[in-house]
Amino acid sequence: MPDPAAAIEVENLVKRFKRTTAVDGIAFAVARGACVALLGTNGAGKTTTLAMLLGLVTPSAGTIRVLGEDMLRHRHRVLGRMNFSSPYVDLPQRLTVRQNLDIYARLYGLADVGARIAALARDLQLETLLDRAVGRLSAGQKTRVALAKALLNEPELLLLDEPTASLDPNTADWVRGYLEAWRTRTGATIVLASHNMAEVERLASDVLMMRRGKIVDRGAPRALVRCHGRDTLEQVFLALARETEPVTP
Amino acid sequence: MSAAPAAAFSGRRVGAMVRRYVYLLVGSGPRALELLYWPIVQMILWGFTSQFLMTNSSYVARAGGVLLGAVLLWDVMFRGQLGVSVSFLEELWSRNLASLFASPLRPIEWAAALVVMSLVRVVIGIAPAALLAILLYHYSIFALGLPLIAFFVLLLAMGWSIGFIIGALLLRFGLGAESMAWAAAFLLAPAAAIYYPVAILPVWLQDVAWAIPAAHVFEGMRAVMFTGRFPLQHFVAALGLDALYLVIGVGAFLVAFEIARRRGSLLQSGE
Repeated sequence: MPDPAAAIEVENLVKRFKRTTAVDGIAFAVARGACVALLGTNGAGKTTTLAMLLGLVTPSAGTIRVLGEDMLRHRHRVLGRMNFSSPYVDLPQRLTVRQNLDIYARLYGLADVGARIAALARDLQLETLLDRAVGRLSAGQKTRVALAKALLNEPELLLLDEPTASLDPNTADWVRGYLEAWRTRTGATIVLASHNMAEVERLASDVLMMRRGKIVDRGAPRALVRCHGRDTLEQVFLALARETEPVTP
Repeated sequence: MSAAPAAAFSGRRVGAMVRRYVYLLVGSGPRALELLYWPIVQMILWGFTSQFLMTNSSYVARAGGVLLGAVLLWDVMFRGQLGVSVSFLEELWSRNLASLFASPLRPIEWAAALVVMSLVRVVIGIAPAALLAILLYHYSIFALGLPLIAFFVLLLAMGWSIGFIIGALLLRFGLGAESMAWAAAFLLAPAAAIYYPVAILPVWLQDVAWAIPAAHVFEGMRAVMFTGRFPLQHFVAALGLDALYLVIGVGAFLVAFEIARRRGSLLQSGE
């Protein structure tokens, strides 16, 4: 039975690509309104997990329920209620910011496209960029545009893959602040994959530590630090990434 | 704000995708010019060739414009196929597939948008060439009358089938299969009997030709030009073959999409 309080329920999720097992039997649940981080090194399985949550990649085994719907059978029932952003996925570079947002607003079935774009442009400081081609924007500006695309439909579930990768500290801090305020205001659920400890500690209430496709530990950032007898989340991350035995208190 | 529930097929989402390709076309002069350039160059080349052959070939003299008509109609097929394939390629070039299919867009809606854009691109590409042929060579393809509509639709549908099969190959092999978008139609051209009757082909190739809708269309076009009669048997054959190939093409495209989801290649598309 699906848990109505859960935004995401994942059980025994496996993804194999030929001989590689990218995700190896993970299980987790994310409560509605929570912000959960997937933390792990490159190749740990974070992006593949996010892609399966979005229905972009079909699992080899396991089940995924998102907002109460079975993603393997009924993903189209729920895709309009979620969204995502990733620095590894572009928007059409030759189209302007406004054109991109206009197309995605229509794909998500929004009623008042112009008003929504105007509101997001105001919130994300994109007003002067609306008629500029996306390909001509700086990395920070592109991140704000990608975020605008991801927030167009006011998603109940937002999936973020390294939301501040390649941003300068000032822009990254602005993006984190915006996401914090947005989640507080809307009560939406966020799942983010990141390598950035500061980001995870600031945004996430819970962390799933991944290594080689498995969840090797989980908990609140401070609880993980305490539990592993380390001083920072980064030390916990490095210890797990380097396969050292966790120090138990 | 709440998004509308995802219908099984949404005209609005198809419209959104058409809008995406129209924005691209309108915003890019070279893309729009390229649509016009090749059909006009082809028409001019074959127009002069026709003028020369009119005085030196009894075949062409019997029906002036048989070559020009063939050139323009073949371009309907080729541009129709490119209309699907190039719009498809735009998503690979811009690494946009993951964003599109994380949205409520369904593959069949994307396919419908590709078909609409193909029609738009064909009209933009062929209409000026057809009008120029009237001005330069006093040849009007519209003189074919009502059969022209049938020929146009049959060739366009064949172009869509090839376009979807190329789309399936692109989903499977990525941009490594990009050149197929430009080359595939020409693989069929010798057997499609564009400029000559099917009877001129070796017997074994005639069997291949009769399995190609375009061969029936061009036989039909010549029959209309030479005899003034519309050959119903060629129309029916081309219609049946088009229906079969469209089912195969769209089916291959949808299957390739599911395979791409299994392989994780929707995330990795791009240069």
